[in-house]
Amino acid sequence: MTTATETMPAGDGATAYNFAYLDEQTKRMIRRALLKAIAVPGYQVPFGSREMPLARGWGTGGIQVTAALIGPDDVLKVIDQGADDTTNAVSIRRFFARVANVATTESTTEATIIQTRHRIPETALGESQILVYQVPQPEPLRKLEASEAETRKMHAWQEYGLMHVRLYEDIARFGHVATTYSYPVMVNGRYVMSPSPIPKFDNPKMDDMAALQLFGAGREKRIYAIPPYTSVKSLDFEDHPFTVQKWSEPCALCGATDSYLDEVILDDKGNHMFVCSDSHFCETRRAEGHVGPQLAEAESRKLVCQPVSADEEGR
Amino acid sequence: MLDLAPAAETSTDEPILIADGVTRMYGARVGCLDVSFQLWPGEVLGIVGESGSGKSTLMRCLAGIDRPTAGSVKFRHSGRAIDLFDLDEPTRRALMRTAWGIVHQNPRDGLRMGISAGGNIGERLMDSGCRHYGTIRAKAADWLGRVEIDAQRMDDQPTSFSGGMQQRLQIARVLVSEPRLVFMDEPTGGLDVSVQARLLDLLRVLVRDLGLAAIIITHDLAVARLLTDRLMVMKEGRVVEEGLTDQVLDDPQHAYTQLLTSAVLTV
Repeated sequence: MTTATETMPAGDGATAYNFAYLDEQTKRMIRRALLKAIAVPGYQVPFGSREMPLARGWGTGGIQVTAALIGPDDVLKVIDQGADDTTNAVSIRRFFARVANVATTESTTEATIIQTRHRIPETALGESQILVYQVPQPEPLRKLEASEAETRKMHAWQEYGLMHVRLYEDIARFGHVATTYSYPVMVNGRYVMSPSPIPKFDNPKMDDMAALQLFGAGREKRIYAIPPYTSVKSLDFEDHPFTVQKWSEPCALCGATDSYLDEVILDDKGNHMFVCSDSHFCETRRAEGHVGPQLAEAESRKLVCQPVSADEEGR
Repeated sequence: MLDLAPAAETSTDEPILIADGVTRMYGARVGCLDVSFQLWPGEVLGIVGESGSGKSTLMRCLAGIDRPTAGSVKFRHSGRAIDLFDLDEPTRRALMRTAWGIVHQNPRDGLRMGISAGGNIGERLMDSGCRHYGTIRAKAADWLGRVEIDAQRMDDQPTSFSGGMQQRLQIARVLVSEPRLVFMDEPTGGLDVSVQARLLDLLRVLVRDLGLAAIIITHDLAVARLLTDRLMVMKEGRVVEEGLTDQVLDDPQHAYTQLLTSAVLTV
């Protein structure tokens, strides 16, 4: 994370971008917003979101935060729904490989910056890592209160009763809190925050995390943050405590019982399997020799392939 | 911030609300002009007048929603008369959520239509920090019973309720936090006569049982007769007559009040 001012070499006549695409003034503006966000954990800091070379709603907030942070020595990992090999993850990784010439990886432990949509990696993150979330809707109260002026007041004065009305409605209707993603949290005992659409399974990982967590909402033009080792509590009722999703079977490929599982439909005859949503976690476990109950079947159906190395992933 | 814990306000010899020269201008036009009165605990004050006479403007000033152009509104809290508009906004909002309540003419303004009846009643409890689902639920059920709504409708949304039920739900939602002062803006507006009668009966019982102070704005003199102890008649933003309800209605002094009482249809 140097304050790089070097520009991309023009090379073979291609258009030269500034390092990491954004101009230096924009990066300064975003860094200022980031510093403020870190100083006031959970508070939404407005910033001047720029046009990026992909549509808003596809991760422009996360990309701008990453672009403001990244230096030539960083190693970038990008995940989408937990997987490194989905279209959006591959495109964003390739984008930074091109405009910042940084090393990219699928390994959670090797990465210094991890940009994510929808998941927190299963492997615990360390102090030298930064997790950047792509956030579609930064305002946890938005579905309950349409006015921005009003929600700002509610945050300013900690008028958070309405948030519990939403949880109450879930329990009254379904017998339990049926909100499974974007589950509201209280940060540092002060601000109620939307953790972006991660499953509530990942909420406990945010609490007291060693890594810095940054959130960028490009369309809504907001940045917020959780500094390392900050308390993050999921909202609940005394008699309906917060719980996370559980599965009745292990990962079909690697046999893990403690990871977040996605259901994969295998055919139109009702066959399905549950696999880790964190693709790198699953691959690492398989490489270590863990075998899930349906691994052989998945291999015979050519559903499992070897990971593509960063070098092969056309720069 | 003030201590907003519900203090035991047993004293009835001090007014709970003091309006002093309340004036609200809309540019050069008058909303309400130089209105002064005092309201004692347990007292029900009616404000009557035709449309556009400044009743609702006055209520918005009294309830702390709009700042009066001139004059002051003082509310007695924890033994002190505090000026509403000297308070900082969070304290005023907290008072609005706990110590007083507003029943709107249109229940849609006062209710959250996308949230179940139980959630609507429970919101004020959750606002004031209650985090026990069972407690909230029990209180909601109790209040549904008090406003004569079947407890089985607790998880239904207000959109599926009739107009009269919505209005009763709104009243339950306001009263659950045990406010000491309630504002009602045309609480029976838009309801048919038989539903009105039941609602009035309910309101009378609740107001008497809870010892509420209430300000009821209405253009319906029958409502005023039934519910209120004291009456203020407004015309063109001014209070033209004030007195005990029976006195004002049976022996009106001002020409406008005479017109108003004589305009009531008798069947």
